[in-house]
Amino acid sequence: MNKLNTAGWRPEIVTGGAEAAPEPTVSGDRCFAVEEPLIFELGGLGKCGVDIEDADTAPLEMLAPFLRAEPPALAGLTEPETVRHYTRLSRQNYGIDLGPFPLGSCTMKHNPRLNEKVARLPGFADIHPLQPQQTVRGAYQAIAQLADWLLALTGMSGVAMAPKAGAHGELCGLLCIRAALEARGDARAVVLVPESAHGTNPATAAFAGYRVESIPATAEGRVDLAALRARLRPDVAALMITNPNTCGLFEREMKAIADAVHAAGAFVYCDGANFNAIVGRVRPGDLGVDAMHINLHKTFSTPHGGGGPGSGPVVLSEALAPFAPLPFVRREGDGTAVLVEEEDASAEHPQSFGRMAAFHGQMGMFTRALTYILSHGADGLRQVAEDAVLNANYVLRCLEDVLDAPFAASGPCMHEALFSDNGLPDGFSTLDIAKGLIDEGFHPMTVYFPLVVHGAMLVEPTETESKAGLDRFIASLRSLAERARAADANLKSAPHFAPRRRLDETLAARKPVLTWHGHVQKPGAPVLSEIGGS
Amino acid sequence: MRYLPLTSADRAEMLRVIGADSIDALFADVPAEARLPGPIDGLPAHASELAVERHMSALAAQNLAAGSAPFFLGAGAYRHHIPASVDHLIQRGEFLTSYTPYQPEIAQGTLQVLFEFQTQVARLFGTDVANASMYDGSTACWEAIAMAGRVTRRKRAVLSGGLHPHYVSTIRTMARFTGDAINAREPELVASPDDATVIAAIEGETACVVVQYPDILGRIPDLKAIAEAAHAQGALLVAVVTEPVALGLLEAPGHLGADIVVGEGQSLGVGLNFGGPYLGLFGASEKFVRQMPGRLCGQTVDADGRRGFVLTLSTREQHIRREKATSNICTNSGLCALAFSIHMTLLGGEGLAKLARLNHARARATADRLAQVPGVTVLNRAWFNEFTVILPREAREVVRELADRRVLGGVSLGRLYPEADALHRALLVAATETTTDEDIEALATALTEVLA
Repeated sequence: MNKLNTAGWRPEIVTGGAEAAPEPTVSGDRCFAVEEPLIFELGGLGKCGVDIEDADTAPLEMLAPFLRAEPPALAGLTEPETVRHYTRLSRQNYGIDLGPFPLGSCTMKHNPRLNEKVARLPGFADIHPLQPQQTVRGAYQAIAQLADWLLALTGMSGVAMAPKAGAHGELCGLLCIRAALEARGDARAVVLVPESAHGTNPATAAFAGYRVESIPATAEGRVDLAALRARLRPDVAALMITNPNTCGLFEREMKAIADAVHAAGAFVYCDGANFNAIVGRVRPGDLGVDAMHINLHKTFSTPHGGGGPGSGPVVLSEALAPFAPLPFVRREGDGTAVLVEEEDASAEHPQSFGRMAAFHGQMGMFTRALTYILSHGADGLRQVAEDAVLNANYVLRCLEDVLDAPFAASGPCMHEALFSDNGLPDGFSTLDIAKGLIDEGFHPMTVYFPLVVHGAMLVEPTETESKAGLDRFIASLRSLAERARAADANLKSAPHFAPRRRLDETLAARKPVLTWHGHVQKPGAPVLSEIGGS
Repeated sequence: MRYLPLTSADRAEMLRVIGADSIDALFADVPAEARLPGPIDGLPAHASELAVERHMSALAAQNLAAGSAPFFLGAGAYRHHIPASVDHLIQRGEFLTSYTPYQPEIAQGTLQVLFEFQTQVARLFGTDVANASMYDGSTACWEAIAMAGRVTRRKRAVLSGGLHPHYVSTIRTMARFTGDAINAREPELVASPDDATVIAAIEGETACVVVQYPDILGRIPDLKAIAEAAHAQGALLVAVVTEPVALGLLEAPGHLGADIVVGEGQSLGVGLNFGGPYLGLFGASEKFVRQMPGRLCGQTVDADGRRGFVLTLSTREQHIRREKATSNICTNSGLCALAFSIHMTLLGGEGLAKLARLNHARARATADRLAQVPGVTVLNRAWFNEFTVILPREAREVVRELADRRVLGGVSLGRLYPEADALHRALLVAATETTTDEDIEALATALTEVLA
């Protein structure tokens, strides 16, 4: 029989000692660095993490001709296994909650948790889009309040709340423009897009049935006004411009650009992806813009969630507002908000180009964005733009001695600092710097965009980074630039400390494996096989 | 301001480093007349978390939440029970606050989820492949038509009368600008879907036939027959699923010959949210993969030979191909795809089948009870969890009067088809696992009173 260890003996902890290379682990994990199989490798067909009331005796005769031969071959897991699977996967992901995410043009700012709490109130999250209007008055009010703010912040006349993301907003704006042109019997064929534009701009123009032509940039990284003027012939429907532009610069001649476009009978579409730089300080409506989408998931902090959902309301000038899509929320004289749908469209909104998606837009994003806006107020939003621009300029000036900053000499940048690979030794590229940042614990900046700069590195710190955080980021980027200049071969194989080393993208594209092809285990008796005959 | 970490001292020091004498100097490129001198007039100033929450809660309180009343609405958005762990997991910051996985080494969590999601959707739909999500069902439906046009090099689409009218409107809007010819019709109030009409409309120039399964009235079309007719003319069948839970019982459209299957994934994991954000599902045959829209996640290996995942086939996409891209979509519904995938993992294939069977049973019970209400007729011969009833008077008014009694009794076809008078006495009624016997009795009682 063992004696009680009343003295509390335990082995002495020895630090230091032998420096042998660590053995590979049996599990494949390395403490917090975990490897996680696919759910199909973990789970089974009969496994379930939800207790579902039995309806085995319910008759199925009316569905007999339509029944599945067998249940979908989907692996199930119990709740503890599910929670663990996704929690372990989450640890292989980087998010703003972990550190700076200076992805230029993406505005990865802190996502306030109050927004999440509000969006989940049952009065917002648990209402159906087709409930009778009398039961969802507060929802229309919330949409109307957000719409009021967006109009005030942009100085525009109308706003379409339907678009589901930025690119969908671009489409909305171009369809308004096309509808307006057709209404005056002057359908045009061409949309002009600067070289530096986001890829969504030309793709959207093509999607809306336009031919796309490119407008060059000046050596200063701005739209070439002379080239634009020369191309503004009567076949041009619109110019799609980004301001501040994707080089992080304000288009100084925006007013002259807009005047030239209008003089040619065309419209100005502004890509609002970079609105964070000017929110509360500049109203696009004062610069001659006819339509602009606002990425609520950028400027107004709704979370990106690993690739969406987004929301892209489009503010419109007086000339375009009559063509906005259905449905929309309109205020009555007494301040109550009502929804205008197809039913009332012919009386209230006869020139609308129609509907661009089911239901009424991204309500879950509206409540988050409105919460964010009310939290900041007019003063706080102005401070957002100021701090975002200050942080970007700080990054620019702290690094321009070690990284080529092609437009730094022409003056301050807006909310993002642009560098190029100019000056890196042969064999070293922007990609190596980006992958090095991963080892330093940061998400890389946007790379190889905009296309007008070779090996572009576009750094957008946003206003929610502290100075201390920026200083750490700058120190890391500076050291990487110096290592690249010193041709440090180790950088070529970075990242070394991430869950994965560099991945073979060529292999992925050459032999696409887009789904798992194995067979899900089938423990126990099948449930569905008995259903067919009942 | 609680979300802004810079202090006044930081700002002063940073301006010194930059060499600017004021913040205004950083905005020097903005034309002077466009620079606002101070906060925009007439707008409120910043507010505390407490004050904002109070304001937003008051707005939310003006709405009648589905969970606080007997609830029977569907028509493309369904109320299902979402296990608590789904919402917990999607709020992990590593998922919630990450971006589109452009740096795969530190986005394996998102990428593996997308690979699993694509596999789940493909298996549910019976297609070879699926993409990483679209905005919602309606926009996915248009993208399917556009894709069918690229595959067949034809510009005509035949839509079943059973296709959700919002989807039809979305398609009409886009087709007006792309020049595609859309052959569409409104549904007729008959027990069976319009398979024969759809088949008769297919001709040699048809790019695709678009059929909702089950359809807007809850009827179940014979996809196999339509697929055969479409393929005989070189056209594709696009199947549209607005209630994915149905596929726990009903045969997968891909197994019945559908070439492209799109759907609304909101039913699993996402919640009602007043119509958005939702989740567009998109599956197709592998041979069309290079014509697909949206992001695709693929398996590969890293420099050490370990399995990993990346976004792939991006030469289809806007950021590479610009005006030649298959779609302009960029941001999609990543977090909703995660929610869908977690819910699907909790269910598994047999759990989904069981859930589907329960949904069907609740809808049967609802229909049986409503059939006893004087003046009410059930239209459908077969349905999954949603069916159509014909009322003795305009359904839209009846729905409002039911709401006055705090019963959310369904979706009137008058709301969906304001211009089709022939449909105005029809009401769509959906039931799910959340529907209780008490809910059914409350609806039947209120309907009896309203129609008396």
